[in-house]
Amino acid sequence: MLLLALIAVPALAAVIAYARRTPQWRATWLIVGALLHLALVTVAWVVPPLPLFKGWLALDSLGLIVLTTVSALFAVVGFYAVGYLRRESPRGGRAFASYLLAFLAAASLVAVSHHFAVLWVGLEATTLAVAPLIYHRHDRRSLEAVWKYLVISSVGIALALLGVFFLATAQAGAPSARPLVLEDLITDAARLQPAWLKAAFIFLLVGFGTKMGLAPMHTWKPDTYGEAPSLVGGLMAGALTSCAFLGLARITQVAVAADIAPFVQPLLLGFGLLSLVVAAAFLVGQTDLKRLLAYSSVEHMGLLAIGLGLGGVGAYGAVLHMINNAFVKGLLFLAVGNVLLPARDGTPPGVSGVLHRAPVSGFLLLIGLFAVTGSPPFGPFLSEFAILSAAFHGGHYWIAATVLGLLAVIFVSLGARVLGAVYGAAAPTGARESAWLAAAPVVLALVVLGLGVFIPRPLFQALAAAAGTLGGWAP
Amino acid sequence: MPRVVELLLLLVILTSFIVLGTTRLSACIRAVAVQGLLLGLLPLALYPGGSLHIWGLAGGTVLLKGVILPRFLRWAIREAAVRREVEPRVGFALSLLVGVVAVAAAFAISRILPLPERERAMLVPVALATVIIGLFVLTTRSKAVLQVVGYLILENGVYLFGLTHVERVPFLVEVGVLLDVFVAVFIMGIVVFHINREFDSLDSTRLTELTD
Repeated sequence: MLLLALIAVPALAAVIAYARRTPQWRATWLIVGALLHLALVTVAWVVPPLPLFKGWLALDSLGLIVLTTVSALFAVVGFYAVGYLRRESPRGGRAFASYLLAFLAAASLVAVSHHFAVLWVGLEATTLAVAPLIYHRHDRRSLEAVWKYLVISSVGIALALLGVFFLATAQAGAPSARPLVLEDLITDAARLQPAWLKAAFIFLLVGFGTKMGLAPMHTWKPDTYGEAPSLVGGLMAGALTSCAFLGLARITQVAVAADIAPFVQPLLLGFGLLSLVVAAAFLVGQTDLKRLLAYSSVEHMGLLAIGLGLGGVGAYGAVLHMINNAFVKGLLFLAVGNVLLPARDGTPPGVSGVLHRAPVSGFLLLIGLFAVTGSPPFGPFLSEFAILSAAFHGGHYWIAATVLGLLAVIFVSLGARVLGAVYGAAAPTGARESAWLAAAPVVLALVVLGLGVFIPRPLFQALAAAAGTLGGWAP
Repeated sequence: MPRVVELLLLLVILTSFIVLGTTRLSACIRAVAVQGLLLGLLPLALYPGGSLHIWGLAGGTVLLKGVILPRFLRWAIREAAVRREVEPRVGFALSLLVGVVAVAAAFAISRILPLPERERAMLVPVALATVIIGLFVLTTRSKAVLQVVGYLILENGVYLFGLTHVERVPFLVEVGVLLDVFVAVFIMGIVVFHINREFDSLDSTRLTELTD
């Protein structure tokens, strides 16, 4: 029942938020939905929920980690949205909170599904829930962004569906099993038809990779993140990509069980390295802050794919990096959102000398910069270190060297732009930050710092278990 | 009824070729509507004397892919007053050639892949060919409406492949396909409408403000 509640609570809150006419209540329902969801997730850590519907819905360590990440990030963004809705009224008014909550419901469905078709439906639902949020301004630029987003991710998701059908075909040789249920696919892995399984992996990699934003399927990302409101960008870069990563991790679990790792690993490594190269190339000289974050997101998705591809400690690193990436991206998008908010009289903000105008957000941008580039003592340092050490231990020295070189290039480009924005000549235009708007990213910064200093025991155990199913182990 | 199935699949390919080779948008939409009807008939031919499930699938497909979506697209081109594809990025003759190559390639690939059941063997190559043609139309046509048509053909290909699993994998997969087509295209349609209002044209090549 807990599994159903995880999906039903945000869905119900979405309906209620839509029905409410007064704006204050909408924001309240957003927060109520988010906090109830977070409470249910906490219960799931204490009392592991039982599988439902013949095992179609279940919660394992990996799903629980993704669910917790999404829920926590959403709660913080929900509080931020209260401050945001006071400043700006995005078009569509009451629908805004509803779409956010609907996204949470869909993301929960992705996290708890152990059936590939259900997983696919959940991912499709996240795509659709987010689309209207991008198109909030109703001008040419946001229209172009939403068109690219819809076309590219619809094609991606259609190819992923074809991949799911291929997977069902691969399983036709094991008729006793429940079709497309993860556990049975893993148990009967030896009886899966290898040719169809390989085809399924390629199509699912391309499909879910499109949603993650792996190069070369990343082209929607800079436009979409650049045009979406910053809190939507934060949710997409943090939560939506984590859901897509979960999809990729699920098919990797099947591939590992079926012993086709030698086929799968070069593909994952190839897409991952290409993403790093593309991100490094496009980050050089990029001036728009949100597009900067989009390419940084492409980079981190690449790191996730590399971690999965390396296996071993890399699998542990990838799952941990997914958590870190979610919170760092949330932090950066919210901080950038504060910087970019226009002043009350509508004067466009000057993106320079942020430290003078909005000291908290400026400081947070600095923290975010160091966190996102993998500097100690923040969380991403540990996870990137795990991925790199997997490369060294596996004897992939050239991969480790390439990754390190590209990370250095990315560090310089990101640093140049962000430091310029934070210090720079003072520009008095733009809004002052309010308590609501500043508090949310501060919480995220504390989480990112906390994950870099200390990983709690239950989380470590869950990470180790998740890495185990991906053919890896904890350090 | 293997003969009927083969005939239907042949007609599916033919309708894809009509989309590849015509300039008139309304003809393209009509072709996709016919393709939707054919896809609705296929489950009945594949599973003769089918269950309620099969009839429901057939009825839903005919209604959605054959009637509702084409009507929606026709409404979109009427609103926007566009008649023909002016300058496709790839010419029509070349497009047809690509279609032929796609079909040949799909049959060649299917010979290599181990097919689970012989009698439904034709489904797989036709599905793959339809997917390739759909992707091709989606990427080479500049009118937003035609891109939606390409997306529909792509989805039809995925649906065709899904038909090999109707009995074994429960209802959900078909619901997924129908839901996907309906909602995605519905939203795309709304966006098409807005593109029309904003840009006074349904030409997505004019969506070029966002670049690096």
